[in-house]
Amino acid sequence: MNIAVCVKQVPDTSEVKIDPETGTMRREGVPSILNPFDSYAVEEAIRLKETNGGKVTAVTMGPPQAGDVLRDVVAMGVDEVMLLSDRAFAGADTWATSYTLGLGLKQAGPLDLVICGKQAVDGDTAQVGPGIAENLGIPFVAYVRKIEEIKDGVMRVQRLIEDGYEVVEVKLPAVITVVKEINSPRMPSLKGKMKAKKIEIKTLDAAALGAVPGNIGLAGSPTKVVKVFTPPPKGKREVIEGAPAEQVAKLIDRLSESKII
Amino acid sequence: MGIIVKVDICTGCEACVTECPFGAMEMNGEVATPSEKCTLCGACAEVCPVYAIEITEEQANAPAVDLAAYKGMWVFAEQRGGKVVPVAYELLGEGRRLADALQTELCAVLLGTGLDEEAKALIAAGADKVYLYEDPLLNEFHEDAYADVLAELINGHKPEIVLAGATSIGRAFVPIVASRVRTGLTADCTMLGVDLEKRMLLQTRPAFGGNIMATIVCPGYRPQMATVRPGVMKRAASDPSRKGEIIKSSPASPLTSMTKLLDVIEEAGHTVNLSEAEIIVAGGRGMGDEKGFNLLKELADALGGVMGASRAAVDAGWIPYPHQIGQTGRTVSPKIYFACGISGAIQHLAGMQSSDVIIAINKDASAPIFSVADYGIVGDVFEVLPLLTKAVKERKGRS
Repeated sequence: MNIAVCVKQVPDTSEVKIDPETGTMRREGVPSILNPFDSYAVEEAIRLKETNGGKVTAVTMGPPQAGDVLRDVVAMGVDEVMLLSDRAFAGADTWATSYTLGLGLKQAGPLDLVICGKQAVDGDTAQVGPGIAENLGIPFVAYVRKIEEIKDGVMRVQRLIEDGYEVVEVKLPAVITVVKEINSPRMPSLKGKMKAKKIEIKTLDAAALGAVPGNIGLAGSPTKVVKVFTPPPKGKREVIEGAPAEQVAKLIDRLSESKII
Repeated sequence: MGIIVKVDICTGCEACVTECPFGAMEMNGEVATPSEKCTLCGACAEVCPVYAIEITEEQANAPAVDLAAYKGMWVFAEQRGGKVVPVAYELLGEGRRLADALQTELCAVLLGTGLDEEAKALIAAGADKVYLYEDPLLNEFHEDAYADVLAELINGHKPEIVLAGATSIGRAFVPIVASRVRTGLTADCTMLGVDLEKRMLLQTRPAFGGNIMATIVCPGYRPQMATVRPGVMKRAASDPSRKGEIIKSSPASPLTSMTKLLDVIEEAGHTVNLSEAEIIVAGGRGMGDEKGFNLLKELADALGGVMGASRAAVDAGWIPYPHQIGQTGRTVSPKIYFACGISGAIQHLAGMQSSDVIIAINKDASAPIFSVADYGIVGDVFEVLPLLTKAVKERKGRS
């Protein structure tokens, strides 16, 4: 199987701490990591390769330092990597990102399957996976929690929904996004780390992708951010004092006063 | 497009370095310098006390389409098993408010067969028109068929705005539609407004796990599309006497899909939908073990609520993953959220801080959960919870 995974370098949100006084985010010195959801995509791709043969190509779009996450996934067992990097890609929203990644994936050769994490933890949009499917003109299944079987060009998966899951068959090639439940990502192997150090990262710019200038970066992005603000501190932050029985009684009073219960 | 720091004006105060949500502003000597991580969001420009930072837009954002050709506010009325889901009624409530402000019509889009009664209910809830597109394939969700039909309806009728619920269905297929019709889509909005003069939808959403809010617009493309988080908007009141028009259409030949639905499995303990629950009783590491969760279950049952959990409790195996709330689990916004023995890691807060009322019970008075709580009880969950369950039962017994 020829499988591609799309990955993203994001700030490590587990290193982000909330200032308890001001309720704002402390962002100093937050390191960049592989988007945690993408590690499930990478793991699943490597497992499929181990079972069915073939190769795994990882693609990312970002500044040159985003190459770091490509080395991380090579250490896990990814075979080939591709970095889509150009100043003209800066400021891309999900529309332009999907377009650009779609062009990159087309250069990764005929693919059987594209796997993405369900969303990136910095933007949380979950829009790029389906956007890529549209750009490649192939079917899409979101929130996959298990790949049950691949046979005769058809893949059977379990798709997570609000109150359970659905068993869905999809014709390949297809794009899927995966959730945490699907697997436990492996740690990088020593051999993988050696390979990651040496691998040459293939970098493609807008011209190499044949990208239409009006479709990439800020210029190609229909949406614009007009304001970014810290949400006003939520919660009345009333601490209820007293012995446990007293605390409970007071809480019940507060909740009934405001007709909550 | 770009960002300019006027080096002669910058005082090196570092306000922008602290403010930048992406950690993209660095000090280069005494002057702030954006790195390649910059997304041109403009947070730095707003905070700069001496106006030394400018976000430039070389292209003056000439509209890519004839904006005036697009009219009407649309709500995608998602149905499952022939019933329209609650978030669709919430969108009609919000859509009515915005459509009235923009003096335009409010339309619902409904896909599937045998849905005449549901279409009438949408009119009663505020829709002026219902576009009912009938084909048996649409009774179940298929990413490609849903995307094909919604894109076709949008291209045919040219609505100004399209809203959909940020559900597992909405978030899966609406991005395909936006990619195809070449327009902007904002995910998971929690607040909507309109700029009446420019007829722009102001779409506000949390990012970075809810630690920052971003307001997003789509100036040059139509329709303006957004998915909206369930449980956030006020549901429209139903008025059966409201009049509206049901416009039916169907494909020339039966629809087909590249996907096939084989089975739907409702999971035990998961039959109640966390994203639509009004009361959630959630527990974390502080609940000690599986038995601790029995205390939560008793309180949840007494309140008629649903159980939730932090990642720590799920990872410990005390409760299955479908109950997990937070960045790697579900995002919820119930009327009441009880956080019991949950310290309030940022990833957990991301999934629950838009709840109406948050009650935190925790031993550690300095736990971050108290900073988002309306009512905090510093105490032992094993003492407090049984008392609380008893008090709730007594209260219910009286009324």
